[in-house]
Amino acid sequence: MLHAVLPFVLCLVLFIIGLYAISVKKNLIKVIVGVIIIHNSVNLFLVLIGYRVPATGSAIAPIITPQMGRDAMDVRELLSHSVDPVPQALVLTSIVIGLAVVALMVVMALRLHQKYGTFDLTEISKLKG
Amino acid sequence: MSETLLILYGVICFMLVAALVAVETRDLLSSVLCLGAVGFGLAVVDLIVGAPDLALTQVVVEIFAVVLLIRTVVAREDTTREFIRDTPHVAAMGAMIMGILIGAYVCFQQLTPFGDPPMVMGASYMRAAEEAGATNLVTAVLLDFRAYDTLGEATVIFAAIMGCYALLRTRGRKEEHEGHDADS
Repeated sequence: MLHAVLPFVLCLVLFIIGLYAISVKKNLIKVIVGVIIIHNSVNLFLVLIGYRVPATGSAIAPIITPQMGRDAMDVRELLSHSVDPVPQALVLTSIVIGLAVVALMVVMALRLHQKYGTFDLTEISKLKG
Repeated sequence: MSETLLILYGVICFMLVAALVAVETRDLLSSVLCLGAVGFGLAVVDLIVGAPDLALTQVVVEIFAVVLLIRTVVAREDTTREFIRDTPHVAAMGAMIMGILIGAYVCFQQLTPFGDPPMVMGASYMRAAEEAGATNLVTAVLLDFRAYDTLGEATVIFAAIMGCYALLRTRGRKEEHEGHDADS
């Protein structure tokens, strides 16, 4: 029971650390750090969902190697040993989109710093205009 | 418990410590570097659980993100004062954490156990890829079975780059600055 959920609980702890940074910290860079930590924790969770512990041997990546050949028996071996490829493919998309979002957030923070001269959110909301 | 799982737990705990340091340190440069440690830990986890494509992408993306953030925070201190913890704030935080924990408890009851995903879609993709002649299942899913998804990803990246360009451009912004100065 414990080993069935322990990795997911650790992901949840990482998520809560990021949430804490977003909700408590007053520095824009710390907020961005929190968003990136949450992003990493969700990616970690999805990758761990797709992991599998096969009955015999160890898990392998979902790649057909030249040694395997292409007959039906090797595909059955891949089916019984490989990890799930679907979460990996979607997390690959998510990682790249995350970089674009981080770049946009950093550029916004830089513009705010140019305009107000500080990363402090309380100062920024005080200085209207 | 197998050796692989022990290493997995070790790396995830390293990520947790790095995340805590990244959130709590006063020096913004150390904060950003510890964030890079979290990302590289994620790359190592990807390698352990059999996702080499993800590990490669994660390393490249993490280098980009850390360089970008270092460029932003270099020689800047975290000058913000400590968060003032009055009663409504503490109550709201407590309610939020309780809500998350209760929701997590309910979700963990329903979750498929670690190491045993149903893999319905993945198995059918594997049979289809075997007939289509693909060797790497992850790229087959990305570029063949779910190519529209990748097209949408490219659209999002394009939109983000246009946003960055619009925020960073210097030409055509002169009047706005003068107006701001005249107002203040």
